[in-house]
Order: sequence, then C-alpha cells, then structure tokens
Amino acid sequence: MTQASETPLKRTPLHAAHLRAGARMVPFGGWEMPVQYAGVRAEHEAVRTRAGIFDVSHMGEFRVSGPDAEAFLQRVTTNDVAKLKPGRAGYNWLPNEAGGLVDDLYVYRVGPQEFLLVVNASNIAKDWAHLQKYAAGFDVTLTDESERWALLAVQGPEAEALLRPHTDADLSTKKKNAFFTGTLLGHPVMFARTGYTGEDGFEVFVEAGNAEALWEGLLALGLTPAGLGARDTLRLEAGFPLYGHEFAEDLHPLASTYTWVVKDKDHVGRAGIQAPPPVRLIGLALERVPVREGYPVLLNGERVGHVTSGTTSPTLGHPIAMALVRADAANADAFEVEVRGKAHPARRVELPFYKR
Amino acid sequence: MQTPSELKYAASHEWLAPDGTVGITDFAQDQLGDVVYVELPEVGRVVTAGETVAVVESVKTASDIYAPASGTVVAVNEALSGSPELVNSAPYEGGWLFKLDVTEPSGDLMDAEAYAAANG
Repeated sequence: MTQASETPLKRTPLHAAHLRAGARMVPFGGWEMPVQYAGVRAEHEAVRTRAGIFDVSHMGEFRVSGPDAEAFLQRVTTNDVAKLKPGRAGYNWLPNEAGGLVDDLYVYRVGPQEFLLVVNASNIAKDWAHLQKYAAGFDVTLTDESERWALLAVQGPEAEALLRPHTDADLSTKKKNAFFTGTLLGHPVMFARTGYTGEDGFEVFVEAGNAEALWEGLLALGLTPAGLGARDTLRLEAGFPLYGHEFAEDLHPLASTYTWVVKDKDHVGRAGIQAPPPVRLIGLALERVPVREGYPVLLNGERVGHVTSGTTSPTLGHPIAMALVRADAANADAFEVEVRGKAHPARRVELPFYKR
Repeated sequence: MQTPSELKYAASHEWLAPDGTVGITDFAQDQLGDVVYVELPEVGRVVTAGETVAVVESVKTASDIYAPASGTVVAVNEALSGSPELVNSAPYEGGWLFKLDVTEPSGDLMDAEAYAAANG
C-alpha cells in the first residue's frame, strides 16, 4: 500500500486537520495520506455500524465538456455513458488498446454536454495524457480540476441521517449513483451517492479552500475519521478491485467479476478485451494466517496464481484475499496459499465477502 | 511511549529481558497497528542474533521479528494464538513473544534511554 518516491509528496487541503486528529501519515500514490487515526479496526467498525469520513482528495477530477463530450467518452471508456442522464454517475473503465486498463474511474454526468471524471490519484498524469491523445478529432474540452476539489467520503449506515439536517438537498430521495448539488454546513458542494466501502454513503466535492472548515464541521457531527487502512479493508470485504492490484495495464479486466462494465460499443480496448481472459479473479477465505499481495496460490500442489490483495477481515474475523488464478483452475474449491514456504488451506468463496 | 528501564532494546524494535524473554516495543506495536496474527518459532530452535524468528502481522502488514540475542527458544507465548491483540495492549507483559536461553548476548542492544531517544 505504500511506495517510495523520489519526488516530494503532495498534500491534500486537509493535511493539517489530519495531524490534529492524530493521523499517522504515509506515502500513497505520490501523496502523503492518513493511513489511520484511532486504529484500522475501530475505523472499519465505525463505517460498518455507524458512519465514518475519509479524505479522498488525492483522487483526480477531470471535466469533459463540449458537443462531442459524450461521443468522446463512448470511445475512451468501456461502459455506456449515453445511458447516464444528467444527475447520474456510473462506474467505468479506461481501456488501453492491448486490452488492459489505463485506469478504472467514476463518470458523473453534469449536463447533456458535460461530465466529471474521478480517477485514481496515482494515475492522474497518465490518464490525462491518455485522454489528451484520444481527444484529437473530437470537439471536446478537457480540464484538469484535481487541484480545485477536495473530496470527502461520508460512508456508513447512518450517513444520510447524520447529514440530512445540515444540507438543503433532499438526501432521502437520492438513490445510489445520484449526483447533485447543494449546500452542506453552509458550503456549496456536489454530492454523489457513491462510495468504496460496501456501505451506503455520499462522496462530497467541495472547493479546496472550504475543505478544512467542512471537514471540522462534519467531525463535530460525530463522524469517525477513517484512513486508507480502513478504506482498504472495507473495499476488500466488499470485493471491490483496486487499480494496481486487481487491475493493471497488462491485466485482462474481464478476469474480474465486473464483466458488466464492458458494453458492446466501439471503444479503444474493443479488440484487446475480446479474447477470453487467461486468468480469473477469485475470493479466498483462510483460517488464521493472513496472506498478502504476491503470495503464491496452489491447487493440488501446483502453482496456479497469486494473491492480489489480502487482509484479515475485521467484520468476518478471518483472513480474506483476492487472487488471480489460471482460468482452468478458477472453479476449484480448495486451494492453498504459500506463506513463508508453508502451504495453508484456502477455501474459494464467492465475491463479495461482505454485502450489507 | 513506554520503555521499561530493566529491558534492553534492538534497533529493530525488539526488547530483551534479563531472563531471556523477548517481545516488541510499545513504539513498534503502535506503528504496526492492530495485530491479527503472530507466527512463533518452535521451542528448541537454536537462533543466532539478528536472525528472523517470528512474524507479527497487523491488519496492514507483516513484520519480521529478529532474535535480539543468540540462544535456544525455551518457551513461546501460546496465548497469542487466540489473543494476538495482547501485543498491542500489553507489549511488555501479556504480549511477550518467546523466551530464549541466551548463550551470547548481542553487543548491539540499547538501554531504555538510548532507545527512547532514537525513537522520540
């Protein structure tokens, strides 16, 4: 989850607020981010049972506007953005021509000719260059608004009830993937009923200059600050892939269970993604020994793949992992994972591990 | 951060008691976060100072534990298999890892003051 970096780490507008809240800061995707405050387990549980708040301002925001905005996005993404009405958001992929992913992202439709894309922090520069390259020939304007917006994720079963008294938006009528504007604690914001935790919740875009005041106001409502550690255990329980682990430039994305993200249309990756994937992404459950990224996965003593993400599930109380295994081995039930030279039984389980 | 004065400390954050008991420091458990699993050595294993003898796993990461002295493992903390969180809640007491019959103390260990200064 951490990586060394030669260049100075970037900080979100909430850096000082994180330090005040007792965060431990770590390098992540070129950013200095809070990995935990009180502790991963406590933060995880707060999000599953009440509500927590994450700073995800490191994510990138690109605005795509112009007469060809929809046609351009239809070309560079795999999912059908024409089906998105203004005020709706959808999960999507940016394929490369070889059939891997440049990134996975969320697409928010602002208006008939205007979209907002939210991309992974570590891929901002790469995605920007990729989009510029394919924009030639389209009447479209791309704007990198990553510095403009802070992004706060308020997640958990009590998220709506906690926010409702403090906004002019009617949250109770907004369904999953709704995208709308309003005020929150007096600050103008954009809301999306989206998240990466497997819980109900909202992602809140706020101008960077208002971020700290909004964050402090939200903490005062009783939201638990949660860091990247809990974000990772929550998304893993929910079976959400993470770019750099389950997705990569050279990984066939249909190895995942998210095959619905690819629609029958003329997108950049159409030829590359056609072939059946040689590997499949599976879920594994273990008794006691936690398994980590890169550990070998065995079937009948033969290596058939490797772990892409693993942790001990705070909700389930035992280790869980996602693994890429050879397609011909993917339907087996009893695997083993090699941990420090010793094979430990790992049972295949359907993804997600947790569903609310 | 607690650093009991009767213990010796390794730069890699293990502590060694005069009776040969080994654990990880308060600083180390705080850095690791919630401990979920501890892999301990076999009783009877002969270890050399600096060798990997155990693994402490938190929610976030796996961390190797090095022998702070040479000797033979004479006991391991069986309580950790059911309650690995003892490493967090009582790193110098109930969260001890294993006990060595020390044959050769390592020359590289620090006293409490030096360890605390190095990790202040």
